[in-house]
Amino acid sequence: MLVRDAVNTVTKSSSGCKLKRMKIMRRPTSLLNMVRKAVPVRTWCARADRWHSLNAVKPAAAVAATLSLSGCGFGILDPQGPIGAAEKTILLNALFIMLAIIIPTVAATLWFAFWFRSGNAKALYRPQWVYSGRIELVIWSIPLLTITFLGGIIWIGSHELDPARPLASEIRPLEVQVVSLDWKWLFIYPEHGVASVNQVVVPIATPVHFSLTSASVMNAFFVPQLGSMIYTMNGMTTQLYLQADRMGDFYGRSSHFSGDGFPAMEFTLRAVSNDAFNDWARGIHGGGGMLDANAYAELAERSMNVKPFTYGSIDPNLFHAIVTQAIPPAPGPRGRDPAPDGSTRPGE
Amino acid sequence: MFGKLTWSAIPLDQPIPLVAGATVGLVIVGVLGWLILAGHLPYLWREWITSVDHKRIGVMYTLLGLVMLLRGLVDAIMMRAQQSIAFHSNGYLPPEHYDQIFSAHGTIMIFFGAMPFMIGLMNFVVPLQLGVRDVAFPTLNSVGFWLTATGALLVNLSLVIGEFARTGWLPYPPLSQLQYSPGVGVDYYLWAIQISGIGTLLTGINLVTTILKMRAPGMSYLRMPMFCWTALASNLLIVAAFPILTATLAMLTLDRYLGFHFFTNEAGGNVMMFVNLIWAWGHPEVYILVLPAFGVFSEVISTFSSKPLFGYRSMVIATMSICLIAFMVWLHHFFTMGAGGTVNAVFGIATTIIAVPTGVKVYNWLFTMYGGRIRFTSPMLWSIGFMVTFVIGGMTGVLLAVPPVDFVLHNSLFLVAHFHNVIVGGVLFAAFAGYTFWFPKAFGFKLHEGWGKAAFWFTLIGFYAVFMPLYVLGLLGMTRRMQHYDVPQWRPWVLAAGIGMVAVVAGMICQVIQLFVSVKRRPDLRDATGDPWDGRNMEWATSSPPPAFNFAVLPQVQGEEAYWAIKHRAREQASLRDLPDYEFIKMPRNSPTGFVCAFFATLMGFALIWHIWWMVALGIVGAWVTFVVFAWRDIPDYIIPAAEVARIDRANHEVRLEALATYAGPRP
Repeated sequence: MLVRDAVNTVTKSSSGCKLKRMKIMRRPTSLLNMVRKAVPVRTWCARADRWHSLNAVKPAAAVAATLSLSGCGFGILDPQGPIGAAEKTILLNALFIMLAIIIPTVAATLWFAFWFRSGNAKALYRPQWVYSGRIELVIWSIPLLTITFLGGIIWIGSHELDPARPLASEIRPLEVQVVSLDWKWLFIYPEHGVASVNQVVVPIATPVHFSLTSASVMNAFFVPQLGSMIYTMNGMTTQLYLQADRMGDFYGRSSHFSGDGFPAMEFTLRAVSNDAFNDWARGIHGGGGMLDANAYAELAERSMNVKPFTYGSIDPNLFHAIVTQAIPPAPGPRGRDPAPDGSTRPGE
Repeated sequence: MFGKLTWSAIPLDQPIPLVAGATVGLVIVGVLGWLILAGHLPYLWREWITSVDHKRIGVMYTLLGLVMLLRGLVDAIMMRAQQSIAFHSNGYLPPEHYDQIFSAHGTIMIFFGAMPFMIGLMNFVVPLQLGVRDVAFPTLNSVGFWLTATGALLVNLSLVIGEFARTGWLPYPPLSQLQYSPGVGVDYYLWAIQISGIGTLLTGINLVTTILKMRAPGMSYLRMPMFCWTALASNLLIVAAFPILTATLAMLTLDRYLGFHFFTNEAGGNVMMFVNLIWAWGHPEVYILVLPAFGVFSEVISTFSSKPLFGYRSMVIATMSICLIAFMVWLHHFFTMGAGGTVNAVFGIATTIIAVPTGVKVYNWLFTMYGGRIRFTSPMLWSIGFMVTFVIGGMTGVLLAVPPVDFVLHNSLFLVAHFHNVIVGGVLFAAFAGYTFWFPKAFGFKLHEGWGKAAFWFTLIGFYAVFMPLYVLGLLGMTRRMQHYDVPQWRPWVLAAGIGMVAVVAGMICQVIQLFVSVKRRPDLRDATGDPWDGRNMEWATSSPPPAFNFAVLPQVQGEEAYWAIKHRAREQASLRDLPDYEFIKMPRNSPTGFVCAFFATLMGFALIWHIWWMVALGIVGAWVTFVVFAWRDIPDYIIPAAEVARIDRANHEVRLEALATYAGPRP
């Protein structure tokens, strides 16, 4: 419903409808709350075809239809949680606000070019017309007003959707520690004493607090359908709150290039019911695999396309040790590049 | 003896670089052989390699840019082909090769394609537009060019000797540190960029000085052509931003070579510092490229609309505010680092503010066309194509400047599509528009219009066909720099982009054919008047190609559009002004300093990459001695006698008289 609001706002923007939108934005958590209410309906895809009948928003509907074609079932236009949904809303709002200016500008460019072609005798040639105070005023004001408006969205959106900001929820967030390695992902559940590689299981409708770091080079943690990505860096932690509202397996990957194994930096985020999550955690707890410094050192060696697996117990201080570099950064291409020229496969 | 360099550095097991290297090598040997056998080498040495004439240097810059654009395009073709194949498979390029290609593509396109092209245009045009005889420091200009060429040579050398960086075009540590990139790839990058960066800085200083200190009498700041303003803004940015790049890369070099800890994971190093510093240069760099592009469009749109630029002062304000704000937005390249809401918001808003002066520029071009008589030559087509394409790129740019949106689109193919949208649609279109526009000034004949228009349409269609699918892919969560992928939803769009590449390549082929056809048919395309487009600024007042001294007598500028005013008066009175009294002209002597210096810089760079320390010493000493020899020169200038000046200028005068007599355009 927010999305439709946005379109209405844009189409009616000249009649002062912006006020309504700004009011929505001003209440601190309202954006998230509204989105959360809206999420259970498949907001975007379901509506796209209905939009065709709305004459008032034809251009918008055309764009929406194009976007929805690509968005159904995958990617950031099919969000499955409040953060992703709010970000999608802001994306579309900002897009439509700007399209309201961009489309007339492009149309005017093509029209002026066509009409004032040198062969057109009907077009008035005004070789001395080089200044108009009124036009100057308008052409400075239009971008300025747009940007002022967008500036409000940016200010509020940046604060509300700051990755490190806890979600407003009754439910206590699930703690997950994330380590990006060359080239796989390690997920540690400190409260449950388990860990998993290349797969992260979370309960739905529960905020998840990710604390992230990297074993070696920079990466970025990204689950497109849940929203915000964040960098992982060695010797530092970054914070990210996400939430999945529907069950499913969601594609996740590193979105910051991290070397030759980068394409394989993929993982699955599995959102399951609360009970199923507890069953999963209990099921593997105490089972095979102990994630301690030795196991971590082994894991930190370069490898890729690692099949998801779990650790039944963990060293509770491991994440802290990685972040504080008590465990030194992973070694990189140790022993792989012994040639005197230092390259395995030279040339391009 | 040869440091780390051994025969294993030659990729004998890799057919692609080997064949490519061999082909390029053969072409170079062939061209050199032909030059020597045909006896062109002395001419080339005398008139081009040692030339300190800003026009010649400008042409060489542009040529370097064109060749490197082709090289970068080959990389692009390979990447698109790889991604078209590499679905559930490894494709034909292994990761260590693919990673070099996208790194080389970005590095070459920005540093050795777009930069030399834009600098070439500025070098050629700015002194002519200012109505002066040369730039402030002609020999420095030559040094700057040849150092840029050194950088380009080193990057291309990595094709066959060793490897190039596998880190992306900006080598983010810790990936670029010795620990994670032990090969010579990053070193090639570092030294190529350092050496060419010094060249760029020299050019920046040179052009800023020229514009500030050397304008024709009467040409106040607010009478300068728009292109000079944008060149000034761009070069001010070069002077302010390139030292940051040099310092940043120097720190990374110290990390890699001497075990420092500026950007390491350990011992107090801070990778975030690198990211901040590199973008403190990197964002202004975008405007270094696009500001002269705006200048080109201002000239072209005004000339072919047969109208002065609309809102000239507004344009000046817009240009200079972009120049200023360009330094205040760098953090938007890493909103996803987790800086916090307020920091992100401030930089997001600062970024969107740039859209205001940019938007004003677009509207000013729009109203320049309004009430004009538009001639659809190929430079004008590039300009209209730019206006449409660039606003779309600007829009997606503002989208990415909204931090919550960036959180889901950062590093995605949406981002890739965005910056290609502005760099291709802005800088590249301007490069081609400017190239076609000023080509007759440089060589005395026009480029073939038919092939030029074909190139435009193919490039425009190809651009949309390649990059619109990338926008969609970004929305589908596809990340950049993927050597292979397994997500079926991405597949059709990746293929669509791959097919679109065909049109881009067709466009580039048309460009090359255009050049050949034009040279071949130059008698038909000859422009004897020196003013083929009914131009408005001083560069069109002199003959094509201009004499070494540009202007026999420095023009007296009495308003904006200096040449238009002169032409207007001549058309009103149906006569030219009387010939002046000619005096002898002093011009700077040609000097091999730049070339020799770059030769030693190449030795030094290559030796530093491979740890051949004696050769490093040789390179440094050689370059230093070259400078000393130049500094001790006895005769810096040569004299063109008054009679010779008179002869050349009278010829131009004759031509202008004839053009005036046969003038059939709109009467004032």
